[in-house]
Amino acid sequence: MTELADGEWHRLHPASPLLRGGIFIVAVLGFIVANLRERLVDFFLGVPRYGGDPIDEILERGAVGWALLGLTAVLIAILAGFYLSWRMHTFRVTGEVVEVRSGLVFRSNRRARLDRIQGVNIVRPFVPRLFGAAKLEVSVAGQDANVQLAYLGSANADQLRRDILRLASGLRQPAPVQPGAAAPLEGAAAVVPGAGTPAGLGAFAAHRAADFFAPELDPDAAPPESVVRIPPGRLIGSVLFSRFTVFLVLAAIALAVFGWTADTGGWLLVVILPGLIASVSFYFSRVTRSLRYSIAGTADGVRVGFGLLTTSNETLPPGRIHAIRVSQPILWRPFGWWQVHINTAGHSTNKGAGGEADTTTLPVGTLADVARVLELILPGFDSAPQQALIERGLRSTGGDDGFTNAPRRAAWLLPFSWRRTGYALSEGVALLRRGVLSRELILVPLARLQSVGINQGPVERMLRLASARLHTVAGPVVATLSVLDAGEAVALFEQVSSGAITSAQADTTHHWNLPNGALE
Amino acid sequence: MPETAGRLDLPEAGEWKRVSPRYVVVEIVGTVLFGLALCAAASALWLVADVQWAPYLLAAIIVITAVTVAFEPRRVRAIGYQLRQDDLLFRRGIMFTRFVSVPYGRMQLVDITRGPIARRLGLADLKFVTAAASSGVLIPGLTEADAESLRDALVELAESRRAGL
Repeated sequence: MTELADGEWHRLHPASPLLRGGIFIVAVLGFIVANLRERLVDFFLGVPRYGGDPIDEILERGAVGWALLGLTAVLIAILAGFYLSWRMHTFRVTGEVVEVRSGLVFRSNRRARLDRIQGVNIVRPFVPRLFGAAKLEVSVAGQDANVQLAYLGSANADQLRRDILRLASGLRQPAPVQPGAAAPLEGAAAVVPGAGTPAGLGAFAAHRAADFFAPELDPDAAPPESVVRIPPGRLIGSVLFSRFTVFLVLAAIALAVFGWTADTGGWLLVVILPGLIASVSFYFSRVTRSLRYSIAGTADGVRVGFGLLTTSNETLPPGRIHAIRVSQPILWRPFGWWQVHINTAGHSTNKGAGGEADTTTLPVGTLADVARVLELILPGFDSAPQQALIERGLRSTGGDDGFTNAPRRAAWLLPFSWRRTGYALSEGVALLRRGVLSRELILVPLARLQSVGINQGPVERMLRLASARLHTVAGPVVATLSVLDAGEAVALFEQVSSGAITSAQADTTHHWNLPNGALE
Repeated sequence: MPETAGRLDLPEAGEWKRVSPRYVVVEIVGTVLFGLALCAAASALWLVADVQWAPYLLAAIIVITAVTVAFEPRRVRAIGYQLRQDDLLFRRGIMFTRFVSVPYGRMQLVDITRGPIARRLGLADLKFVTAAASSGVLIPGLTEADAESLRDALVELAESRRAGL
């Protein structure tokens, strides 16, 4: 147990205001450098200056003293502001809540109940990461309801997350620190940046470098066989064979035809060049985001990590995933690649690294990878028949394969994919299968289901069809079946609505480490 | 409209509770006002902008509004709800039928709203809100007493069947 989760009030990393205001500081620095450039040139190269520089003006008017005084006053005010905001920004973790108090003029106080935690995310933006600082965010359901601790020492953040999750899991006592696991890193984080002696500075830099290049998962926190790794070749391939590439190729053809037929002169370049630069940066960010992707099961949930320079690393406790989609864009089909997206109730305000929302659980992977990821995010759904069901849900072309499929007359509405459109129910999980070109399988744990609806319009009525929708919390996964036999739709409705009730009653993930989910 | 074999229905569902027949008035007033607004726009096209086909548009709007008003009593009769053992069942629509089942434990809050016309008739709308935006259970046209007793009943049921999110 770290001293951070002992129920007392604690302060953040002392450099927090600087790191949070980092962009502002850089901007001011840039402004000063821009204004001093003549002087710097003069100073270093001895080129005679040619006036028009604010510093010259000050010198000529003899106002050096006043200017220095003003500058000093502003600097002191900024430093005092930073210091006070750091002093006033405190947090504590008790057995029930995470609480943050902050604000200089407008005080704010925010509490999140531990048993309502939807996920804990640790983000290390590039610059704070250099200084060994990390941002910890506790997501709870609701718009803008997250509790954010920016910034903590990097190793402290990992420890604190472990403690928060352990407290939330229903065990009232945080576990003791495993000796040797985080101890060397803790030493590194205790060094305040810039406070070392010249001899200590070298050691500090070495620590920082070691921390920077350390693998995203500490090996003892996760069973190694559960980790999915993406080879760089597959990653680059998956980004190249994306919908965006199709769009680019089409745009290039259109532009080529247009440029060839119409005599446009050189202005076409003005259109093409920015687009080209944007595309390259898009590909680059997509690749770097997933380059150090990792997923592992821990005692307190699934940990998904992303990012090369800016890293983000989220832990989702058990029972926080409301819907799962395994999908395969058509261009990935020859390679047998799949991706996995999820719906969760809480969303980290920090986009995952590279600007991607934190709903991608597997950016690209083979069927074996998908099976491993599903095992982590849908625990207990891994018996042989269930695995066969998932396998058929992904690859089967339809027919009598355990899924209740749409009847032949549905071809009027879905001429190609009606064979694959169907559902199956197994032990509290609803599986919806659809799509023949881009294949999709949606899994909804009924214990998380909010409600279920069936619809029928006039055309569907003529064909004796209906559509169904499982309502889950908002996210990228929309669990709909657009055609279904009307009678089967009613059967689905009845089974799912009663299944949702029984699963919710049996669900104990509220406090996942207690046998019956309730506190004593 | 003849009943076809393909019509969506829940054979095992019990007796549906209907909303107040007075709710027809609210729907008709709303439809007529909307129709009048469209008519005004079409008339403006005709008289001010001198658009040739505007009279046909005007006629079409009037016909559609009249047909909608004629079907209004049926549509209101099609709205129904029932409190089952563990969930709230809701249905509406004749052309576009929709059935929804919401377990009580999924309730986040219950909203009661009253529009100007509904208030004059002593009616209120009750909205059952879950964590999913797509649930969309809105029971319109309940008498105010009904709405309030239903709200209290739902809150009590949700309390006894509380589940995590």
